[in-house]
Amino acid sequence: MTTAEDYKSNGIGKDLAIYVCLLVLAGLQFVIAYQNIDASQMLRRMLVVAGIEAGLAALFFMHLWKEKRVFLLFVAIFTISVLLGMQYGWTDSSRMVVGAPFSKTQ
Amino acid sequence: MSQADFTMEGHSTGLTAGPAFSIPTKKLAMWLFIIADTMTFAACLVAYGFVRNGSLEWPRPFHSITNVALMTFVLLTSSLTMLFGLRSARAGDKAGAFRWTMVTAALGIVFALLHIREWQELIDQGMTLFKNPWGTGLFGASFFSITGLHLTHVTCGVIALIVVGVRYKGGRYNADDIEVLGLYWHFVDLVWMFVVPLVYLLNLAH
Repeated sequence: MTTAEDYKSNGIGKDLAIYVCLLVLAGLQFVIAYQNIDASQMLRRMLVVAGIEAGLAALFFMHLWKEKRVFLLFVAIFTISVLLGMQYGWTDSSRMVVGAPFSKTQ
Repeated sequence: MSQADFTMEGHSTGLTAGPAFSIPTKKLAMWLFIIADTMTFAACLVAYGFVRNGSLEWPRPFHSITNVALMTFVLLTSSLTMLFGLRSARAGDKAGAFRWTMVTAALGIVFALLHIREWQELIDQGMTLFKNPWGTGLFGASFFSITGLHLTHVTCGVIALIVVGVRYKGGRYNADDIEVLGLYWHFVDLVWMFVVPLVYLLNLAH
């Protein structure tokens, strides 16, 4: 567990700074939502911001940064690889609109 | 079982070695749960993206961001109060830790009420699980599934916060239990950071 010394060495200011960063990043997502750009570009930008937010929350709010490096690597590599593995079906979702046999445009 | 029960000749460590990654068992269990739950939410969001991408008439029913912005602010703030609770617990300030844990639970309740209010508004406009006035009926199913799953997590978290807070105050739980619960609460917050852009902001009516 994170020790009392760790908490003493890292003041409340660090938590507040991360909190403000998260608020700003969340606000940035709302700004992106009102930009005049196409949906795919908007999605990419929002996901990048969400990824940064998630990284900050996991590293500092969930104290992953203070855990052993091998554990940090385990969590990061395992999670990211499974998340990437879920992306294999996007071409099929496009075929639902533009291709046979389930095309709605035909 | 005693250590002798686990010990074989020439193999005295094995099962009695320290916890994996040198992390206490409860905390490791919570991390493994969080990793598994990440997959659950990711699967829901990918499935949502799949049907959204494959639907020609995807509804964009959200005209205002006020409610979702307020919900985001409340949830982010609850993560901060959770950190304050953990800090107080680590410092041995039982009253402070209990107070901040209850503040976190109260913010969770506010978030849930805001969420239910938003659901009610959409239901009043004619949106159900399988149909809505704006386009494909898949929207209602995916929206209520994803936000409902998240709301379930928030509700469970609020109950856990109250139970752990009370038991911590009573001396049955310690600061480590607050930290483990904090991991769960921050995870709920983290998931919301992906739900907001994908489910709400991409469906804003311009």
